[in-house]
Amino acid sequence: MRLTILDSGHGLRTKVLFAVIRAVSRLPVPDAIKVNRYRPDFYGMPMRELTQEAMRGPSAWSVGDRELMGAFVSKTNNCEVCTKTHASVAAMAYQDEAKVSAALSDLETAAVDEPLRATSHMLRKLTREHAVDADDVRAVLAAGVSREQIEDALAVCFAFNTVDRLSRTFGWVVSGPKAFETGAKFLLARGYR
Amino acid sequence: MRSLLVRRKGKGPGMSDITRARTAVVARILEGDGRAEHAQRRAAFGNAGLTPPLSTLIDKVAKRAYTVTDEDIVAARASGLTEDQIFEIVVCAAIGQASRQYHTALTALKAVTEQDKE
Repeated sequence: MRLTILDSGHGLRTKVLFAVIRAVSRLPVPDAIKVNRYRPDFYGMPMRELTQEAMRGPSAWSVGDRELMGAFVSKTNNCEVCTKTHASVAAMAYQDEAKVSAALSDLETAAVDEPLRATSHMLRKLTREHAVDADDVRAVLAAGVSREQIEDALAVCFAFNTVDRLSRTFGWVVSGPKAFETGAKFLLARGYR
Repeated sequence: MRSLLVRRKGKGPGMSDITRARTAVVARILEGDGRAEHAQRRAAFGNAGLTPPLSTLIDKVAKRAYTVTDEDIVAARASGLTEDQIFEIVVCAAIGQASRQYHTALTALKAVTEQDKE
């Protein structure tokens, strides 16, 4: 990573935790975890609470839907590591890898429900252009998405627009397929806390 | 649906859990203790009022983070900032831009909902 403190500036207890993670997973500690655990009272802890609520809190969107939205936002932000990580979680949650890869490669033709497609369109515009207007919102409501679902999707969008920026700025490493699979299993079983 | 109602109505005056969590994150990074000056953290959050080379880095973080280079970080260090300060300032910039996007969309949603009521 571009800041040495994020690689090796953690306290002793965290370093022990990282040693355990390395021993159990037989993989390097993901950069996302290193950043979350660096001086966690500043960013990591409050952000973990937010992310857990957005991704696993009560919502009419399924876990798979929200993970796919996260992957989609990350793809729009050119963040490969976040796209692959959360595409893996979505595929595991849906138990349908083909659906996830189809949605990420061509949203228009992929076999996803209209509400999710319309919402993803809005998230893509918001991520790319930093703004949406009333017509964009109306198009999502017209696809059968509730006001609450839009709010929930915007929370997912917020979390990923934050994390993607940190990933690209701090220079998170894109790991191999085994790391994505292991990370996805963990995030599906344990969430973000 | 029931869980949605419980969440949105059960936890205080008009504030969902996500709103509460987001408010806590923003308050922590902008108002809590840190190594960077509060004014600098707020400037990074707003992507306004910074000078080069930091303004260059922060504008990239906000608008095209995928273009940040090693040199951008080296230049920020050379301007006298510590790694801890850069960490905090970048976090503020990332959350600031994500917040502006979020508020824009919520404002649009509110406008549509209120129009529909009329």
